[in-house]
Amino acid sequence: MSVAALSRPTTRSRITGPLASLLDFLRLLSKKPLGLVGLIGVLFFVVLAFIVPLFVPYQDAVDVTAIYQPPSAAHPLGTDSSGRDVWNQIIHGGRDILLVGFVAGFFSTLIAVTFGSLAAVAGGKVDALISGAADFWLTIPQIPIIVVLGSILKFNSIWIIAALLALLAWAGLLRQVRAQVLSLKERDYIEAARSLDLGLFHIIFKEILPNMRSYIVIHFILAMTAAIYGVAGLTLLGLIPLSGQNWGLMLNYAYVRGALFFKDSLFYILSPVLAITLFQLSLVWLASALEDIFNPRLRSSG
Amino acid sequence: MTASGDITVAGKPLIELVSVTREFKTPGGAIKAVDRVSLALGQSEAMCLVGESGCGKTTTGRLLAGLLRPTSGQLLFEGKDVWTTKGDELARFRRSVQLVHQDPYASLNPIRTVYQTLSAPLFRHGKARGRRAAIGAATELLQRVGLTPPADFLVKYPHQLSGGQRQRVSIARALSVDPRVIVADEAVSMVDVSIRISLLNLLLALRDEFRVTIVLITHDLAVARYFALRGRIGVMYLGRVVELGTSELVVGDPAHPYSAALVAAIPEADPTLTRSKERVELRSAEVPSLLRLPSGCTFHPRCPLFEEGLCDVQVPELLPIPDGRQVACHVAARERAPAAELLGVR
Amino acid sequence: MPTKRASAAPQQLEADQVLSVRGLSIAYSTRRGPVQAVRDVSFDLRRGETLAIIGESGSGKTTLAVSLIRLSPRTAKITKGHILYRKEDETIDVASLGDSDLREFRWSECAMVFQAALNSFNPVISIWEQFLDTARAHGMMDAKHVRSRAGELLGLVNLDPERVLRAFPHELSGGMKQRVLIALSLLLKPSIIILDEPTTALDILTQRAIIDLLRRLREQLGFSMIFISHDLSLAAELADRVLTMYAGTVVERASVKDLFYRPRHPYSMGLLRAVPRVSGALGNVVSIAGSPPDLINLPGGCTYSPRCPFVIDECKLREPDLLAVDTPNHDARCIRWKHVAELVGKEEAVVAEKLGAAT
Repeated sequence: MSVAALSRPTTRSRITGPLASLLDFLRLLSKKPLGLVGLIGVLFFVVLAFIVPLFVPYQDAVDVTAIYQPPSAAHPLGTDSSGRDVWNQIIHGGRDILLVGFVAGFFSTLIAVTFGSLAAVAGGKVDALISGAADFWLTIPQIPIIVVLGSILKFNSIWIIAALLALLAWAGLLRQVRAQVLSLKERDYIEAARSLDLGLFHIIFKEILPNMRSYIVIHFILAMTAAIYGVAGLTLLGLIPLSGQNWGLMLNYAYVRGALFFKDSLFYILSPVLAITLFQLSLVWLASALEDIFNPRLRSSG
Repeated sequence: MTASGDITVAGKPLIELVSVTREFKTPGGAIKAVDRVSLALGQSEAMCLVGESGCGKTTTGRLLAGLLRPTSGQLLFEGKDVWTTKGDELARFRRSVQLVHQDPYASLNPIRTVYQTLSAPLFRHGKARGRRAAIGAATELLQRVGLTPPADFLVKYPHQLSGGQRQRVSIARALSVDPRVIVADEAVSMVDVSIRISLLNLLLALRDEFRVTIVLITHDLAVARYFALRGRIGVMYLGRVVELGTSELVVGDPAHPYSAALVAAIPEADPTLTRSKERVELRSAEVPSLLRLPSGCTFHPRCPLFEEGLCDVQVPELLPIPDGRQVACHVAARERAPAAELLGVR
Repeated sequence: MPTKRASAAPQQLEADQVLSVRGLSIAYSTRRGPVQAVRDVSFDLRRGETLAIIGESGSGKTTLAVSLIRLSPRTAKITKGHILYRKEDETIDVASLGDSDLREFRWSECAMVFQAALNSFNPVISIWEQFLDTARAHGMMDAKHVRSRAGELLGLVNLDPERVLRAFPHELSGGMKQRVLIALSLLLKPSIIILDEPTTALDILTQRAIIDLLRRLREQLGFSMIFISHDLSLAAELADRVLTMYAGTVVERASVKDLFYRPRHPYSMGLLRAVPRVSGALGNVVSIAGSPPDLINLPGGCTYSPRCPFVIDECKLREPDLLAVDTPNHDARCIRWKHVAELVGKEEAVVAEKLGAAT
């Protein structure tokens, strides 16, 4: 690169602050159509689950004369085994699922990143202790634990469920974070940071973790999808006596009420499945686009 | 000038390795990457360590920088044994010795701008308070290493810089903590030929300006000769220093047969000269494994001066010879000693 | 595949010419846009001659060398020019060969030795299998014949065939790997061997052994050699003629002595001044100011003008042609070559020394 090319100021580098980075982010994302679709999908479901319910009242009136109706103007997704509107249930059933997914994903990532990088950077006994705990945790069969815990404890709060799912997911990610940090730790620039006595905090949070940004975000998203499958699966199996409404519970009702055996119930059963699948797919597409976007080479060469 | 270990400014060495050995465990067994190396460096000295891969020059550099702990022996800084110090004092030592790495593509954090890279040590060690002061100090550092206009470089990410520019940023980063010693490990070998000399000149200028001691580690004798013009060169072979002396002596008239073989083998950018250079024929091309080092002098299976019963039995020590350099070779030491000494004790 | 180009019938090569590259341009596409990696490169190679292509990173020397046997990556396209090769009595244009002809051309006419330090070997198969695979790929099916040929070649490069053929790549040192690669390139008795940085990353003594080996093989077998390197001293050792490349094009083309003692392009002069020597006077060693250009954003006019001490306004108007200069068979792409000549002179001494005395 010539000196002349280097000294040409770029307008982008003059704007700073969060607005600039958001614009930069959107500009890069717009080059990844699938990622953009993912982002739109995620936003759509977030709005659907958190904002739309504020305006659309929950309808739980049973109407036995209108069970398993096909889609119509009144019921865009038909009705369920009790004649209630499926679309209304989809709207009101997203909040808990998304919240659990987000919270569980967040906490499992937090635990994994904090302790995984600590183990890798500190080494020695700390590493042995943390890695040992993770290994032990990984050998415990997860579903039976939940079944057992589910029968002992009362999971009547989504927060408890989120915590439980987070507790189950951290160990695998921790091992991966540790391996990543171990390899980053050997880089020359980390050695330089050490020589400059920049401190452990700086080395972990300013030098190493930002390099793992894409890795962490993507794992957070994947942990979130796992937690969503987890909570939907558990409610379907009826292991979580959640009251209220969510997509998993819809499946559970459909299953318990024998909707599977009615040929008119297609839309009823498919709706929660599709809602979950589409949301997950959006997340995964977004995650894979983020991988490229976080690469600083791509960032500045646009 | 007497024995070259004494070339110091204040009479006392600034940093010194005292009979340092460093072992590494490998699947094949323990190897001594560095074996009883003693080196003393004075303030604002420029020294070069040269040798081929596996000779221990990089390990020696890392031992000097306190990044590796010696298996035995001592690292002295201002006369104090570094590895008996702790906490703040050890940290202060670490800051006093900075490393410039070989690979300009790996030595800077790819996601941090030049400003971020330079400002972190400034903030951390209280050399700048607030962004404005940090920008000022970083600007000064960039100017010092010849990256002008500095404002253009502050916002750059490493991948937007050429290899030479990155090395300059690395040097600026090292300077940010006012080091007393800079260990430059093959710092120019991955940089384009056309700008290598300017980097060496920069290091030499910093030595004069800030009285920093600079140790350049290189496999390139031509680079070593240029850099150590007013300093010393140490030639390493299989973990030991085999010859140590002024650039003029070691490159111009090598005493150790290994140094002589290196000087003779180097191709030169001069067709007539390089095609008529005299060779030093070695007895074997094979470099012994560090796992199974030869007895006596480790160079003896390849050495053209090999004397049976002497070289394969006795390990030669690095000893001063009358012209002022030190050499670890029985034959060279004998041949170059004045006759009186030859007839004396030996 | 070659793109369509004016099909002016390429001339026949003279009997002692083995390769002639004429007006070759290569472009490849990158994420940042198209790159003119090689621009209008021409040179001739005679039988038994050694040509060195020297240049720094980004000079296009590797792209050029790889394109001579058409091994360039898919994204690279020959946009212009011919690569003429004289095979016995006929002349072929390598730039327009089809796939099967190309396979035959590679290795049996022109072989390439890649850097041993890079992954030129399949790590999981033995050296013998590497020989066998290469032989089979080029129609040598008789394993016994391959075995005897491999033994002969390894002996030629001073390796013990018994030991080396059984070995896996990781069991060999860097120097041994380079020898094996050289032996492998000789398998089908090619008339040209192209070497990519043959001594880079090798230790000094190993480097010397490889240089001596190449010199001996060239004398014994009589092949022509093209090697690309950033190392000027390697060219001084082995080359008969030298091309200096800068920003994708040839800036100087000369015999080795002319290039080293009487350079006429400021970049060649700058390079020669930038390399310190081990023996003899050190001279006035100075780096070239600035950095190599960005190939996507080439400076207008002469691409070297931003770094050139001889620059005048006219240099920035258009890229100069490769002009004949004061010594025979010597061209330089510089309108200011007379000023370089004035400074450097004609005597046979190293540039850094001459300039050290002059300034």
